[in-house]
Amino acid sequence: METGTSRVKRGMAEMQKGGVIMDVMNAEQAKIAEAAGATAVMALERVPSDIRAAGGVARMADPTIVEEVMKVVSIPVMAKARIGHYVEAKVLESLGVDYIDESEVLTPADDVFHISKSEFTVPFVCGAKDLGEALRRIQEGASMLRTKGEPGTGNIVEAVRHMRLITGQIRKVQNLSKDELYHEAKTLGVPYDLLLGVHETGRLPVVNFAAGGVATPSDAALMMHLGSDGVFVGSGIFKSDSPEKFARAIVEATTHYQDYELIARVSKNLGTPMKGIEISKLDPSQRMQERGI
Amino acid sequence: MKIGVLALQGAVAEHIRSIELAGGEGVAIKRVEELAEIGGLIIPGGESTTIGKLMRKYGFIEAIREFAASGKAVFGTCAGLIVLAERLESGEEPHLGLMDMTVARNAFGRQRESFETDLDVKGIETPLRAVFIRAPLITQVGDQVDVLSFYKDEIVTARQGNLLASSYHPELTDDYRLHGLFLDMAREAAGA
Repeated sequence: METGTSRVKRGMAEMQKGGVIMDVMNAEQAKIAEAAGATAVMALERVPSDIRAAGGVARMADPTIVEEVMKVVSIPVMAKARIGHYVEAKVLESLGVDYIDESEVLTPADDVFHISKSEFTVPFVCGAKDLGEALRRIQEGASMLRTKGEPGTGNIVEAVRHMRLITGQIRKVQNLSKDELYHEAKTLGVPYDLLLGVHETGRLPVVNFAAGGVATPSDAALMMHLGSDGVFVGSGIFKSDSPEKFARAIVEATTHYQDYELIARVSKNLGTPMKGIEISKLDPSQRMQERGI
Repeated sequence: MKIGVLALQGAVAEHIRSIELAGGEGVAIKRVEELAEIGGLIIPGGESTTIGKLMRKYGFIEAIREFAASGKAVFGTCAGLIVLAERLESGEEPHLGLMDMTVARNAFGRQRESFETDLDVKGIETPLRAVFIRAPLITQVGDQVDVLSFYKDEIVTARQGNLLASSYHPELTDDYRLHGLFLDMAREAAGA
């Protein structure tokens, strides 16, 4: 009997496929998310848009919030640790969270190194905006990936950019010859073996979700259309007018992302989505996606 | 033999791959009408609460009950096993309620307690590599249920006529023998 194997850790993410993982800040929101059909919840002290508004240093949530959420739902509970913050991750593991997000939404604790994730029994998800970041995170032990997008903006454009870039880079790598692969590994700054795997299979070895800017059912379906395995929704649900309706609608649109009549139906009378930010109006220093490359 | 994999949420592609390795044809099933085209159905691993809700919403509960009542084979893995059970220990409302068994969800604990191991399964010659992820357990079975394997004295694989259930994920390894056994069940049902 073996725990924490790469198959067990990656397999857990496989079970989330086609699902929606929702940010929640307390037990009540966690129950709403579970009732709406979320496949997991991310327990946080503040959603990304509030982190943006508050400024200052964003850290791991108070363990009380994480435990409170774990107590009330039977679906998996995820929580965020700062990039490079080994101890926050160990604390979350000790609480028994099911997945740790080493996340650029929080203020990085280490501006050079990420956590050595393969040492942990609990699996990790990390953000990536291109194939280089994706394979570096996998090399460090990430068992699941997500686009970085631009969290807390309610603007899907950055998640689209990252998903398109990664799938485009995978297609390019598939068509390289063996000798070109060595050079490409150097250019991307990734281990040759992982790149060879992408060349041979035409896919990443772990599940890749969309995250960072999903605000509507159509946004979620768009990301599925572009090849995402599932969707994280951060501020999009509990910053909307009617969280329960938004949550249910996003779950349905993710499952049936090619059924446009269904998406039209679930999108009716949802009320106002979160307000959103135009990316070009965002000060470059406020771009979370530049953290942890 | 065409086998459908219920594609509302969960590990669909892996089951399709395993069925094809075992010599069948695998297709994803998103709408109840598509059940008419298949000889057997797999309900995959995923989150049982999510899958159960979506099944209710899209009319799959009645449709799969009819599918199974017509004698066609159904295989549930992990969340799929929960969905098949007549009784849930948590007292939650059962989903399909087709198999005469009681199931405990997340019976081994949280993700850090998830594991893989070698498992002896009745009808399969050498041990099967079994991946348990936040897995359920079968805590009690009725007379009609044939227990196919135990893990530490707990029931983790069971068959009741044309229905098969496993606590673990045979689709996460390259060993497709349990899928082979299910294909035989589906062929048997089709021949009868």
